Amino acid sequence: MQLTRAGFLVLLWLFVLAALRVVRSDLYAASGLRASGLPGFRRSEKSARGSKAPRQLVVTHGALTGTRISLDGRPILIGRADDSTLVLDDDFASTRHARLSMRGTDWYVEDLGSTNGTYLDRAKVTAPLRVPLGTPIRIGKTVIELRS
Amino acid sequence: MGSPVPAGEGSPGASVATNTSPGLKAPTRRGTELVMLSFAAGLVTLALILVELNQERSLSLRILYLGLAYLGLFACAHLAVRRWAPYADPAILPCVALLNGLGLVVIHRIDLALEGTVFPDGSTWDPVAFKQVIWTGIGLLLFAATLKFLPDHRMLARFGYTFGLVGLVALLLPGVLPGFIAPTINGAKIWLRIGPLSLQPGEFAKILLMVFFAAFLVSKRDLFTVAGRRFLGMDLPRARDLGPLFAAWGVTVAVMVLQKDLGSSLLFFGIVLVLLYIATERAAWVVLGLGLFAGGAIIAWKLFTHVQQRVANWQDPIARYDVIGGGYQISQSLFGLATGGIGGAGLGAGRPEMIPEANTDFITAVIGEELGFVGFAALLLVYMVFALRGLRGAISVRDSFGKLLGGGLAFAVCFQVFIVVGGVTKLIPMTGITAPFLSYGGSSLLANYILVALLLRISAAARAPQRIAKPKPQQPAIADQHTVMVERPK
Repeated sequence: MQLTRAGFLVLLWLFVLAALRVVRSDLYAASGLRASGLPGFRRSEKSARGSKAPRQLVVTHGALTGTRISLDGRPILIGRADDSTLVLDDDFASTRHARLSMRGTDWYVEDLGSTNGTYLDRAKVTAPLRVPLGTPIRIGKTVIELRS
Repeated sequence: MGSPVPAGEGSPGASVATNTSPGLKAPTRRGTELVMLSFAAGLVTLALILVELNQERSLSLRILYLGLAYLGLFACAHLAVRRWAPYADPAILPCVALLNGLGLVVIHRIDLALEGTVFPDGSTWDPVAFKQVIWTGIGLLLFAATLKFLPDHRMLARFGYTFGLVGLVALLLPGVLPGFIAPTINGAKIWLRIGPLSLQPGEFAKILLMVFFAAFLVSKRDLFTVAGRRFLGMDLPRARDLGPLFAAWGVTVAVMVLQKDLGSSLLFFGIVLVLLYIATERAAWVVLGLGLFAGGAIIAWKLFTHVQQRVANWQDPIARYDVIGGGYQISQSLFGLATGGIGGAGLGAGRPEMIPEANTDFITAVIGEELGFVGFAALLLVYMVFALRGLRGAISVRDSFGKLLGGGLAFAVCFQVFIVVGGVTKLIPMTGITAPFLSYGGSSLLANYILVALLLRISAAARAPQRIAKPKPQQPAIADQHTVMVERPK
């Protein structure tokens, strides 16, 4: 009897551990990070650039916090217009607020004549500026940054 | 801004175009779910065998069939998920299956303990385990139906106000209907009796009102965060934005106090507070809400004798052991937990008949006695994994309504477990509320299965590979186009 009692508890805990294992293996799948862990996938096309090239744009503040957009070389339009890549629902953002585009290996941010301006780490963006990894870009109430 | 656009429509995240790799298929992880479900079914069957052994009943093949039937039931649910929400989270359904299965075993075990008991009024104990099995079946049917008829959770946002109204009416109904339809059971008037069926509409109202709060907060969010920013130092948004919310909250609490169902009113209030916090990200709301709650609690304590009773029972249950409506229940539950100790008495070897209401409010005490601290902790962790996955889905889903609703639903289950376990273990005053998936009770089970379906729907939306937004058909450059006659718009 004692054995079955302990055995059942052990099995119960094994279930919990198995569930946590599923959670762990699943941790990155939903956020799109999983791809970077797979050899031969996407890495191949950018292997020459090493691992320092930005791969995604992450929203760190504002209503869209947590949203990630994978970068594929196409320019990213940010604003309230419906056809923007990142559609902001924010009173402080303009219809076409800013654009991120890739030149060579670097990403540049430029302001598209917005009312309230675009800020790259406190500096107002007046001309296209290179965006280093992890530097916050503030647009209205939204803050985004590039991550590898 | 702030126009009554359905929140789901054209929500910001929906149009985020990304490129997930076209070649690589995102894993659905349905296989993992099936393996975990089989594990859960095995555990439940083992639990049943242990109960039968410890009760010294003859083992027969019947138990194996029961286990297989249980596995079959959840295999159907699994197939429903596979068909209608292929990218849903793999950990949620197995957790629910284990909780529900253990609940069934414990209910059956309490039936065995109470078999042949004659109550003071001459009635004998009526076994309820079989009824609960039927409720499970109906619950899983509802679960599959929800998945089938709700292909996108954002559809719910469109009916936000309707849901709010229906939820409110469902909450109010038992309070205002006459006694023969809405009887008072155990001092609470929260039941509707239709023929042989008793329903607790409040359980469903919980989900309906959550949909309403989420839809309302999403459509009004900019309005009151902007207003808050303009009047610095004054955190309150304009009254007309929050009026409906506070009205809904006030009515909810009033109804609950009138129906004397403290647990649910606490649950509703917690949900409103958390949704508000998720929507605005402002701690000020939580502080304000807790202040409101403290005030309300003190007033309720001063005004209502049943609240005073609960508080006194909580402060010292043993001193009020012999008082009618006193600390008997909580004392018995504490004795049970103490008997269980670290390792538990073993399934089927405890004395659940000593605890009143063992198969509903105090079912966690029975589990604590028979599985001990170790088993009880594992059970709480299963709840935690469930809530964790729900919150994870809410974080990664790409629309605000889904985030709010998913967060609210996952939190609701968590908070409900806290309220009931806290009550049973004398951490907070005992408020009658069911343990999700464990307790005996049809309405609670049905409502919770709908809740699970919604969570799976949201997590499926979060995990499904995003479709690459189709590039608009390339128009030739304007200079190359032919001149055409265009009719002038009238």
